[in-house]
Amino acid sequence: MKNKTTGNRIAFIIRKLLRLALLLFVTSITSFVLMKASPIDPLQANVGQSALGTMSIEQIARLQAYWGVGGNPVKQYLGWAADFVRGDMGMSLLYHQAVSEVIAVRLQNSLVLMVTAWLLSGVLGLALGAAAGMNRGRWIDRGIKGYCLVISSTPAYWLAMLLLIVFGVWLKTFPVGLSVPIGVAAADVTFTERVQHFVLPALALSITGIAGIALHTREKMIEITESEYMLFARARGEKGWRLFWNHGFRNVLLPAITLQFASISEIFGGSVLVEQVFSYPGLGQAAVAAGLGSDMPLLMAVTIVSALFVFGGNMIADVLYGIVDPRIRKGGVGQ
Amino acid sequence: MREKNNRRQRVLAGLIFSVIFLAVVCIGGILCKQEAAATDFSRKNLAPCTEYLFGTDWLGRDMFARTLRGLSVSILLGMVSAAVSAAAAFVLGVISAAMGRTADSAVSFCIDWVMGIPHILLLILISVALGKGFRGVAAGVALTHWPSLARVIRAEMIQLKESPYIQIAEKLGKRKGYLIRKHMLPHLMPQFFVGLVLLFPHAILHESSVTFLGFGLSSEQPAIGIILSESMRYLVTGQWWLAAFPGAMLVLVVILFYEIGENLRKLLSPGSAHE
Amino acid sequence: MSEKRVNKGNNIILKIENLQISFTQYERGLKQRTFQTVKGMDLEVSSGELTAVIGASGSGKSLLAHAVMGLLPYNASMSGEMYYCGEKLTKMRQEKLRGNEIVLVPQSLAYLDPLMKIGRQIKKNRKDEKINQRLADIFSRYHLKEEVAKQYPFELSGGMNRRILISTAMIENPRLVIADEPTPGLDLKSAKRVMEHFRELADMGAGVLLITHDLRLAIETADRIIVFHDGRTIDEAVPTDFQAENTLKHAYTKALWRAMPKNGFANESKNTDI
Repeated sequence: MKNKTTGNRIAFIIRKLLRLALLLFVTSITSFVLMKASPIDPLQANVGQSALGTMSIEQIARLQAYWGVGGNPVKQYLGWAADFVRGDMGMSLLYHQAVSEVIAVRLQNSLVLMVTAWLLSGVLGLALGAAAGMNRGRWIDRGIKGYCLVISSTPAYWLAMLLLIVFGVWLKTFPVGLSVPIGVAAADVTFTERVQHFVLPALALSITGIAGIALHTREKMIEITESEYMLFARARGEKGWRLFWNHGFRNVLLPAITLQFASISEIFGGSVLVEQVFSYPGLGQAAVAAGLGSDMPLLMAVTIVSALFVFGGNMIADVLYGIVDPRIRKGGVGQ
Repeated sequence: MREKNNRRQRVLAGLIFSVIFLAVVCIGGILCKQEAAATDFSRKNLAPCTEYLFGTDWLGRDMFARTLRGLSVSILLGMVSAAVSAAAAFVLGVISAAMGRTADSAVSFCIDWVMGIPHILLLILISVALGKGFRGVAAGVALTHWPSLARVIRAEMIQLKESPYIQIAEKLGKRKGYLIRKHMLPHLMPQFFVGLVLLFPHAILHESSVTFLGFGLSSEQPAIGIILSESMRYLVTGQWWLAAFPGAMLVLVVILFYEIGENLRKLLSPGSAHE
Repeated sequence: MSEKRVNKGNNIILKIENLQISFTQYERGLKQRTFQTVKGMDLEVSSGELTAVIGASGSGKSLLAHAVMGLLPYNASMSGEMYYCGEKLTKMRQEKLRGNEIVLVPQSLAYLDPLMKIGRQIKKNRKDEKINQRLADIFSRYHLKEEVAKQYPFELSGGMNRRILISTAMIENPRLVIADEPTPGLDLKSAKRVMEHFRELADMGAGVLLITHDLRLAIETADRIIVFHDGRTIDEAVPTDFQAENTLKHAYTKALWRAMPKNGFANESKNTDI
């Protein structure tokens, strides 16, 4: 029996991994086709019409080859894919650097930002959502619901701009942009400076992230408070904090964590916007630059890396239930 | 408890107010095309005052008119692309619930695929593929917003299919097409309608974001994303009103769309009436 | 045996007078309507006695349990008087007494938290030595293995369910036990065995209120039977009254009696809707 469940679980994970590979493959084709289909001429966008006018035909041909203009798209894709599978992501056309290097630095910056925001918004969202759900209809619930409505109606980039105006321009608590001060070598940047440039973007991202998780937790919490086991617990005299701790929190935690894993896509989307506002040198900013500058290898790599995170998050969310929920873990339900 | 009797009326009143407000913004924006574009250097960089409620920018343009104009552009664009997206969601949701296993897994694969790439990134890609501009952002929003509603429609269809009265009708030998048309669609419509309205705010937010990043509407059009992205340059010099008011108006518009969606839901589904 | 039961029935634990419960609901559009589910319920529960309230499924008799515990849904309103041990049962007293002197035994395991182990759940997460001892006593009394305490509700086998649910009442010191349909789906023999546990609680001095739709079970196990129909209590009888039709007072009770298998379903349709 036990072996069978373990076997099932391994089969389940293998199926998931295959699906993941297939999705990544389709995603890479999608982004390749979309970039190829673009009528925007990378030469005009990056070199400029006037500069092109002064060049010889050979120079232009060289540039065209560099920016991947012309040529057989199928061959190009296959060449790219073959390199990518071997771990070679190609060269970034904008940064004149190996894409893997660009991504490594950018991803590190972005991860610090996103993980902080992910944790902060997760914990705060869970707390607010649970508080709202337990106190449904009271002022605290109305307040939290109102906050969530406003925040989910607020574009992340505008919130970032407001923070910039208030803390950067008016109060001058934090610097206005860039994760490192301009004109200072990266090695000389002190930890405090790094933190200073990191706080506002992280704050903006965390504030926007709270709404989704809080609303979801609230819904689940309401479901739980209306459940038969909650009714019985109240009939047994449990109330207030103890009722919440013994039964509410216990049951709401798993759905909340699962949602937080499944919402990596949103945090990523938010980070693209927030990084843009704060000129924070992360993955999102690289994606925008690559998109505007037709830097195909870089944009493809960013897309795949971010898709990997999103799919990975969804997968963790799927698997998590099986590991944490005793009903599934012990094979009682759904086998 | 005390407002019990009025609750439904209040929902209706809120609904009507929101619709009227949004309609006024839209029409106002369409009417003030000239005003929004008019430059006047004698009045540049004015802070908000009674004459220029939202202040003026570095070219002396009236920010109030520009905001209205930008909002109407964003609202119309958002509504059109959300409607296309919702139609796609409806078709795919019905297909996936009614056409058997293969269709179902194909649709669910598509959903995973579209949801897997962060929205913003996919919007950027689609917009680039179509050469940015109006077409790019409209197609981008339309192509990325259907999955969640498609899931709702699919779940609803499957639930309907298992309901006793459909099962009985099926046993009576009614054809599938007839069943879907006569028995299922009428039940789906309210759900679909609410889902459609709730797509609007998402579409508007994403449109403005993509435009803000420089992939959407071109800078000649005073879309709200353009206004905000231009204002970035003037934040450091203290012209906060260039960002604050247009952004706040955008938030207000999105909130009102959410309100309309929620109020419609309350009116159309008896179950949620006690909220 | 019935004499012994009657002797014990001395103190009135719960007394309910003219209980009415109504609900407000919205329909599609702007309409709202109120409907009354319980229109007039009177009953008394005495210590040491097993009182059964019998009514059809869906007649609103379960609301009685919720009303006594103060757990009616928010869109319900109620009127009427409730007395517990001679004193008015106020909201504050309800909150103090429920789960303590007044306990509920629910219908099924769905009323247990799916993510909390049985032992901790019965103990309400209390951890002192006394409660552990008590749990061990109850488990040995009900022939439950120690490991059961470490299991989750979904892992329990059907036979244990009832004993676990009754344990939640046993671990307190109840003076009033409300059992809401405690034997769903059980045949009469198993149901009677379950009822023995409730009889035990009554013998310890508690008043037991059994809410059920099963007349035969009530006749075989209860001391007094209260008939609930169409939102009202219409009759009160002792089990011996049910030996023959003419000792029953109300026409509906007589119809119920006739509807029992051994009395041959006579004229059921003609009389039940009186």
